Amino acid sequence: MNYFLTEEQEMIKELAARIADEKIAPVALEYDREGKFPRDIIKYLADSDLCGVYIEEKYGGLGGGVLEMALVVEELSRACGGIALAFAGTGLGAFPIILFGTDEQKNKYLPDIAAGKKLAAFALTEADAGSDAAGIRTTAVADGDHYILNGTKQWITNGAEADIYTVIACTNRSKGARGFSAFIVEKGTPGLSFGKKEDKMGIRASSTCELIFEECRIPKENLLAREGMGFIVAMKTLDRTRPGVAAQALGIATGAFNAALKYSKEREQFGQPISSFQAVQHMLADMAIQIEAVRCLVYQTCRHIDSGAKNISKEAAMAKVFASDTAMRVTTDAVQIMGGYGYMKEYPVEKMMRDAKITQIYEGTNQIQRNVIALELIKESTRE
Amino acid sequence: MNIIVCVKQVPGTTDVKINKETNTIIRDEADIIINPFDEYAIEEGVRIKEKVGGSVTVISMGIPKTAELLREAIAVGVDDAVLLTDKAFAGSDTLATSYALSMGIKKIGGYDLIVCGKQATDGDTAQVGPSLAEKLGVPHTTNVRKIEEIKEGYIRCQRMTDDGFEVVEMPLPAVITVVKEINEPRLPSIKGKLKSKKYEVKIFNADDIGADKSLCGLNGSPTQVIKTFTPVHDINGEIIEGTAGEQAKNLADKLLAMQFVKCK
Repeated sequence: MNYFLTEEQEMIKELAARIADEKIAPVALEYDREGKFPRDIIKYLADSDLCGVYIEEKYGGLGGGVLEMALVVEELSRACGGIALAFAGTGLGAFPIILFGTDEQKNKYLPDIAAGKKLAAFALTEADAGSDAAGIRTTAVADGDHYILNGTKQWITNGAEADIYTVIACTNRSKGARGFSAFIVEKGTPGLSFGKKEDKMGIRASSTCELIFEECRIPKENLLAREGMGFIVAMKTLDRTRPGVAAQALGIATGAFNAALKYSKEREQFGQPISSFQAVQHMLADMAIQIEAVRCLVYQTCRHIDSGAKNISKEAAMAKVFASDTAMRVTTDAVQIMGGYGYMKEYPVEKMMRDAKITQIYEGTNQIQRNVIALELIKESTRE
Repeated sequence: MNIIVCVKQVPGTTDVKINKETNTIIRDEADIIINPFDEYAIEEGVRIKEKVGGSVTVISMGIPKTAELLREAIAVGVDDAVLLTDKAFAGSDTLATSYALSMGIKKIGGYDLIVCGKQATDGDTAQVGPSLAEKLGVPHTTNVRKIEEIKEGYIRCQRMTDDGFEVVEMPLPAVITVVKEINEPRLPSIKGKLKSKKYEVKIFNADDIGADKSLCGLNGSPTQVIKTFTPVHDINGEIIEGTAGEQAKNLADKLLAMQFVKCK
């Protein structure tokens, strides 16, 4: 299939694929088993200029957008959805700065992210604020030239590993979601510490942990946009990173499909390869159809966003839901095709099935995504 | 520090086709890649440049398609690429190859260090590096696994041997050939790839480098390949069974029957 990528996009995809095949695939099972953070892989991405594909050229990036980010995430995820998250999670942490940062803030933080010298993370979720993001308890209180942050963020991707955190905190409780603000907090700021590293079902090479703010003083210039804009910063960011989750799911599904197809040609039962059985053939065909449909939707959604379109929430949510539900089905079928071997940890599809699950959950559960989609549909039809 | 790296095109597959008349590899039909050992030479050249400054030029003698491979070197940090290509170079052995390369290198001029891979994966002769040094009248060290120090007019390196390594000092300019232990070649970068797309490889023919055509190609190659063939395993061994005594008797009888040994 020709996806009509530009020459530079093809280059990005090819190089990311090379890193996935040559550098990630050989270590994916080990990093999953050990829960090892992929510092060495980030170095390869940095040296290849891939860390800044979605960052403007004047800040040291390649000047691409959401599509370029998705292409990298997809290819890396084909080999390991967890390792890919060091890159994708940084995108999630960087987009608030890209979208809402001042020139000064962009100059200060984006070049290091583009060069792969620093990783970023996004801190929204709390123990009582998941799907209902309005339940945020972390507070930021103005104090002269500073804000003082208090509270605990939970399940933060790249937590403890990242250098730059964009944090959503409450600056005015009485205003509800309109009382949230977004801040940039650097690792090493006194009062910021990290809690326990989570022991997860999948994406185990990714670090997920708590961020604890105790009288954490940050300068006022670290406020992103204006006070009260925090919820908008978060929503606009997630609109651009959900296609990234979709790309992660797409990559995981593709990796599982490739493994299952290869296995089906090698595995013989009843004197012939199992790929000669129609039951297996139809499973493979269905997997391929779904993956192809996801890829088309994800790429096109990215192009829609990169074109500067205003209303992108519904489209981003659709891509995320469809891709992640597909990844779950495809990886489950890949395990099924590989039978007992597929269930074993020495083969990669068992891990892929575990990795796929999170894509239906994080950056907004698929149930919440369907709410977003349905509300938009109803709004649009009312407008018409 | 001006560094020249010699690279060779080698078949990217094991499915190599041979020209039945000249008994040489048909290069334009094969899927070609940079000789893997030369990747280490390129990486080392770029690392030296990054450390002490200067420039890196890759040079190759080969078919026009080799220019595409030389672009890959530009994508990993090489500054310039020169391709020597001419019908007159066709069928070169290692002597004619090192002659042509030496003439090309003299044309580039102003070099401090020449880096080659220790050998190519097709011919496996490991001769061009040392032979090139002879042609240029400069010292050389083969199988370098580490450069300990390099500065104006001086290099100290570790030469890998069967049971360890030797430390060798040389004045520059000089030639080294490198082994894969020396580094881990980097992947290209996107910016490097974009640069390499626009880069025009410098193409020289035999006349451009002032080469004597009688010393080039098949004419200049004392090595003539008479025949190439794939060895056939058609020996069927026979396993002699029985007790040690029976086996010895059986073997002795066979050797006597074949008149390999005689009874006194």
